[in-house]
Amino acid sequence: MSTLTPAASRKAAPVRPTSNNASGRRGKSRMDPTRNNTAAGLAAWLLALLFAAPVVWMILTSFHSETDAATNPPSVAANLTLDAYREFFGETSGVSPWPSLINSATASILSTVLVLVLAIPAAYALSIRPVKKWTDVMFFFLSTKMMPVVAAILPLYLFARTVGALDNIWFLILMYTSMNLPIAVWMMRSFLAEVPVEMLEAAQIDGANLLLTLRKIIAPVAMPGIAAIALICFIFSWNELLLARVLTGVVAGTAPVFLTGFVSGQGLFLAKVCAAAVVISLPVLFAGFAAQDKLVQGLSLGAVK
Amino acid sequence: MTTATARISRSGHTAAKPSRNAKSRERALAWARRAPLLPALVFLIIVTQLPFVVTLIISFLNWNSLSPDKTAFAGLENYVTVLTDPDLRQAIFTTIFLTVAVVLASLLIGLGLALLLDKKFIGRGLARTLLIAPFLVVPVAAALIWKHALLNPTYGLINGILTWIWSLFGSVTPPQLDLLSQAPLMAVIVSLVWQWTPFMMLILLAGLQSRPMDTVEAAQMDGATSWAIFRHLTLPHLRQYLELGGLLGAIYIVQNFDAVFTLTAGGLGTANLPYAIYQTFYFANEYGLASAAGVVVVIGTIIVATFALRTVFSLFKKEAAR
Repeated sequence: MSTLTPAASRKAAPVRPTSNNASGRRGKSRMDPTRNNTAAGLAAWLLALLFAAPVVWMILTSFHSETDAATNPPSVAANLTLDAYREFFGETSGVSPWPSLINSATASILSTVLVLVLAIPAAYALSIRPVKKWTDVMFFFLSTKMMPVVAAILPLYLFARTVGALDNIWFLILMYTSMNLPIAVWMMRSFLAEVPVEMLEAAQIDGANLLLTLRKIIAPVAMPGIAAIALICFIFSWNELLLARVLTGVVAGTAPVFLTGFVSGQGLFLAKVCAAAVVISLPVLFAGFAAQDKLVQGLSLGAVK
Repeated sequence: MTTATARISRSGHTAAKPSRNAKSRERALAWARRAPLLPALVFLIIVTQLPFVVTLIISFLNWNSLSPDKTAFAGLENYVTVLTDPDLRQAIFTTIFLTVAVVLASLLIGLGLALLLDKKFIGRGLARTLLIAPFLVVPVAAALIWKHALLNPTYGLINGILTWIWSLFGSVTPPQLDLLSQAPLMAVIVSLVWQWTPFMMLILLAGLQSRPMDTVEAAQMDGATSWAIFRHLTLPHLRQYLELGGLLGAIYIVQNFDAVFTLTAGGLGTANLPYAIYQTFYFANEYGLASAAGVVVVIGTIIVATFALRTVFSLFKKEAAR
């Protein structure tokens, strides 16, 4: 049974473990492994470098002085300096990005917590003790994710303006919660569905109550999933621009909003633009590299395991 | 034991419970089951469905917030305007073209990359990590980098490299591109393809690695060529993943705002519907018109989503049957 459970196939998905490889593909598979794979490896590396080049260039430029950044041909070997970062953090210009970074962190973290609080019980109701017609409910969740934000943004804006919630971080947090909730429910359900039924039944027979079952059987299986969902919700909230741009302003503006304003206000200071881009991308780069395959699972709404 | 049978047996427990107050007990049990689901469900209905209903209502009104006393029922007038106004009609075509171009290009390149990464080679993990990087740069930041650090006609990296290559051959007149003003839609497409290819690659790679190897090995034993294996075994297996990647990509890219907003600010025929709607209500204050355009986007998305749902549903059924 273990080879068929989603857990096993998911673990195998990202990079097939070498042990699997050795047993599964031994013998006649891959007729001429060395020649074939060297060519493929070279091609893959070439493309990987091509795709990563803009990111590498962004990081490199952010450590250049403005004059070195704006040269043609590019000055790859120019001296490295932290000037652009100093400028970005407002030591000379006086415009600090910190409030917007803090807003982004607040909105992303709090909405993630809210999402988990709502999604975990929902997923429990949809998988461990499934309600009737649970597939219909799942598809309702999915369909809300498929509705473009622009289709609801005007009423949200009007509502926020009427009740005085414009430029209010709490209203944005609620929006981000609704944005991420469907994905979280989908992913959470697929994680909870992996809890072995035998264990649940055994616990029931042993007379374990709900809390004990949750803590001893469900939580250990669901924990990695919860961590992955949290990372994905964090990334999506951190990246979001349209809602933040329409619903916030001076007080509650997030980092992406700050970034767009920063560039139009500061003109074309290339090193500074790159430094700003690096700073706001850093949390996502870290979180994303940590949760590479979970990211796909989240984006594909839990459908691909 | 499979998850599907497990689920059936789980719900089966409550299905039959003959007792005196059977009906009311059953109802109470059903509500106990539903209770954990309700907060999420109610929250989502209020925050996403209600506003759309309001959008639907506003779309039939003649409402410009600058002249609020002229608000009146407009019938289908706004929809007629959306479909006939040259700018808005252009935005519809731009949205379709942008989405189709980005999805197809990133799927094809992503497929190639996934096939390469499915093979074993030195440093595969690192190559994969490098390939994911474009997807992890915050979209606004990525758009800014493309606009200023890469595509800038005077000191962008792309023209810089052209200058450098030409100087190797002693030329002082290298060709210099100005994609942002010559072909702005192309600039948007290129930057989006760069961002979305890793996503397609990851989905397709997951598909490739879930492929049962025994049939492939049997085919190899029988002397099938790699092309025949790809055409008759790999591609059919990947079909679902290609569909899923394409349809989910379409749903995300139809909604794209960041790239259009940052790279071109909707100039020179690059305004897609989300950007056009943003402008219509944020700057032109034409609430009725913006809402009608919003409804048009939803209708378009429903058409795409119907196919997407079918794909997801087939994966879902597969999982349930496992």
